Amino acid sequence: MRNLPRRRAHASACALLAVTLTTIGIAQAQNAPAPKPAAPAAAPAGKIDNGGVLFKKVGCYQCHANEAQGGLSGPRIGPALFPWARFLDYTRKPSGEMPPYSAKVLTDQDVADIYAWVNARPRPPAVNSLPQLAP
Amino acid sequence: MVPPYRAVRELGNFHYAPSMSPKRHPPASPERRTFLQKGALAGAALVGAPAAAAAQAAAPPAAAQAPPPLTHAVESAEPEDIQVLGDNERAGSDYMIDVFKSLGFEYFFANPGSSFRGLHESLLNHGGNTAPELITCTHEENSVAMAHGFYKVDGKPIAVMAHGTVGLQHASMAIYNAWCDRVPVYVILGNHADAAIRRGAEWYHGVQDAAAMVRDYTKWDDFPWSLTHFAESAVRAYQIAMTPPMAPVVMVLDGGLQEHPISRNERLPIPRLTMPVPPAGERGAVEEVAKMLVAAENPVFVADRMARTPNGMKMLVELAEILQAGVIDQGSRMNFPSRHPLNQTQRARAAVVDADVILGLELVDYWGTVNALRDQLHRTTRRVAKTTAKLISISTGDLYIKANYQDFRRLQDVDLAIAADPEATLPALIDAVRRLVTGDRQRVFQERGAKLAQASRAAAEANRVAATFAWDASPVSVARLCAEVWNQIRNEDWSLVSSYYSNDQTNWPRRLWNFDKPYQWLGHAGGGGIGYGAPASVGAALANKKHGRLSVAIQTDGDMMYSPGVLWTAAHHKIPLLSVMNNNRQYHQEVMHVQKMCNARNRGIDRGEIGSQLSNPNIDFAKLAQSMGVYAEGPISNPNELGPALARAIAVVKKGEPAVVDVATQVR
Ligand code: HEC
Repeated sequence: MRNLPRRRAHASACALLAVTLTTIGIAQAQNAPAPKPAAPAAAPAGKIDNGGVLFKKVGCYQCHANEAQGGLSGPRIGPALFPWARFLDYTRKPSGEMPPYSAKVLTDQDVADIYAWVNARPRPPAVNSLPQLAP
Repeated sequence: MVPPYRAVRELGNFHYAPSMSPKRHPPASPERRTFLQKGALAGAALVGAPAAAAAQAAAPPAAAQAPPPLTHAVESAEPEDIQVLGDNERAGSDYMIDVFKSLGFEYFFANPGSSFRGLHESLLNHGGNTAPELITCTHEENSVAMAHGFYKVDGKPIAVMAHGTVGLQHASMAIYNAWCDRVPVYVILGNHADAAIRRGAEWYHGVQDAAAMVRDYTKWDDFPWSLTHFAESAVRAYQIAMTPPMAPVVMVLDGGLQEHPISRNERLPIPRLTMPVPPAGERGAVEEVAKMLVAAENPVFVADRMARTPNGMKMLVELAEILQAGVIDQGSRMNFPSRHPLNQTQRARAAVVDADVILGLELVDYWGTVNALRDQLHRTTRRVAKTTAKLISISTGDLYIKANYQDFRRLQDVDLAIAADPEATLPALIDAVRRLVTGDRQRVFQERGAKLAQASRAAAEANRVAATFAWDASPVSVARLCAEVWNQIRNEDWSLVSSYYSNDQTNWPRRLWNFDKPYQWLGHAGGGGIGYGAPASVGAALANKKHGRLSVAIQTDGDMMYSPGVLWTAAHHKIPLLSVMNNNRQYHQEVMHVQKMCNARNRGIDRGEIGSQLSNPNIDFAKLAQSMGVYAEGPISNPNELGPALARAIAVVKKGEPAVVDVATQVR
């Protein structure tokens, strides 16, 4: 628990507990094996077009790049990388550097639209078909 | 600040000294100046005589006494106004140029300014405008950032001339960048100290202590009072700037000292430049490091500002290969070939987590290498490296630190810290390691090396695949842009002279290209001051020019907008440079920060771009470049048009000129 900001020292025991949990959360996120794509269980039907607009408007693109392919500070998140539950859960309660999106500012339906758009990104060409990427 | 007047006498010669006293000032009035001109020879003879000199030292200088006796002829004639240098005279600034030439400056970079007009003229007419040659800059920030970039290629400093007030104010951010990057820049400031003879504008351009403004982020400065004082300080400044840890230095040159004539008979020797040998690590400590490295199961080297010369990379390769140890190149210098099998930069975090011994080589942010700070509403930190990992540091950072500006980073407690220059220490470390390696250890090393090679191959392959996503998207993905550039230059003798890609995720050139020469990667701005990229790339391209290398910059839009006049400098001086715009039409990094705030405050997440956009209207960078005589194309938003446009631009660059290709890109 060293290295907490000084202000923290004055926080309630409850807050300290929360931080402890968060810290454990980070450790788990770091150690957890890469999530396996599973059947998109209970994803509400998403509107792809609206998802594209939202992806830009609420700033997902800033970190994950315009096509969700991964960018300056966020990894690639599509197409078809995460089951819906994980996608929604992480958007709400990220354990690392990603800022949280609460239901107050982004509804489940909004997230579902984004999810639909992310999953509709085109599959890339085979790497060996691209001379620009020849090793 | 200004010390009292004193007549400076050395070797029997009279030197002009900046003074607060108008009376005692040699060139105080036109009359006096005329007298000096007429009496130049006599005066020279006078000051040349030791006895007369001694007498004059005791008595107040002539100017303080009665004016020279007037003959009838003189009285009745119009005051003669001979205002040219006598045959037996030269300018103080001529001597200054002689001294600067002796230091080997190839160029002076400057936006012109009257406070150094004397030096400017001497450079052209006395120095012949060669070695140093004057490069015209449109902003002092450009002058300094160009010098910064030049040094990164050439390993030699550039002198920048600027006004001591307004010029330095313009230059200061770039000086700060150079300071943070521990890059030597030799800043020469003009200043008129003597209030009694200042012209109008010189009041605004005059200052008691010009260097004060940048003293917190320069290594040394001086304001010489005489030419002898100047020469010693000029040489000393060079030595200080170039001794690791290197940093900018400032020489303030008084206008009077530059402009006042001196006799050709004056003996003004040029001090010899002897560069101090950089400090190598103490022998016992180096042997201890060798022991730890040889015994380690998973040693990793983390190099940041390590390689000072091309030899630095060679030696690090040698050491890594003996030990088959992984290397993370944090990239402030070109420390390690990007495709070397032991290069673990693309999986740096994992390599740090695995390590049992970590050797930091001029590692600026040791703490940030072995810890992580989580940037959320409440910031938290955690250790990433094993708590049992042994940490070793070899760094000149322990030799020299300054207060106020916080570029020294958080204190990391380490097991062994050697205050020394890592490059100077590597030969001894390599020898010590060689002596300790046994056959048994060698077998362990080979196994380890094979695993590391496998891991770095996998990371490289993952990078290639990652680049295929959004391949055909418009605006163009940054990965595609970098792949297209690479495709055009891979068979050339290229040098990436600047890019804003710092971390591994978006550092597409380092993810995809084969960097194996010291001049191919030049690191970063240092202090994170935007406005570095465009001028630094022109300075670096100038350094590459004499080698015939193809200089390539990946140029961001926000950076270019600080001082685009540097494009004109590139055109005017025929500096070959391919500048490929990574034009995402925003200050993208900042948008991300504001987005984080929006999310954390939970009261609106769709306005984060306001204030950080560079659109509506879009900036036409091709037109901007063309307006300054630079070949330019774009904006290109169809990725398939990029390759041919780059090829056309490279053809122009190969003819010896700059070219800009504006590419409408995605965010990084
Ligand atoms: C300020 C940067 C930032 C923004 C904005 C952002 N993310 Fe992320 N995101 C990250 C980072 C960084 C990660 C990697 C894990 C971490 O450090 O939190 C990540 C990871 C993810 C993951 C993967 C989690 C996993 O299971 O590995 C998903 C899904 C995701 N983000 C979705 C989104 C969506 C949807 C949005 C927009 C509504 C968004 N992100 C906006 C930075 C961002």
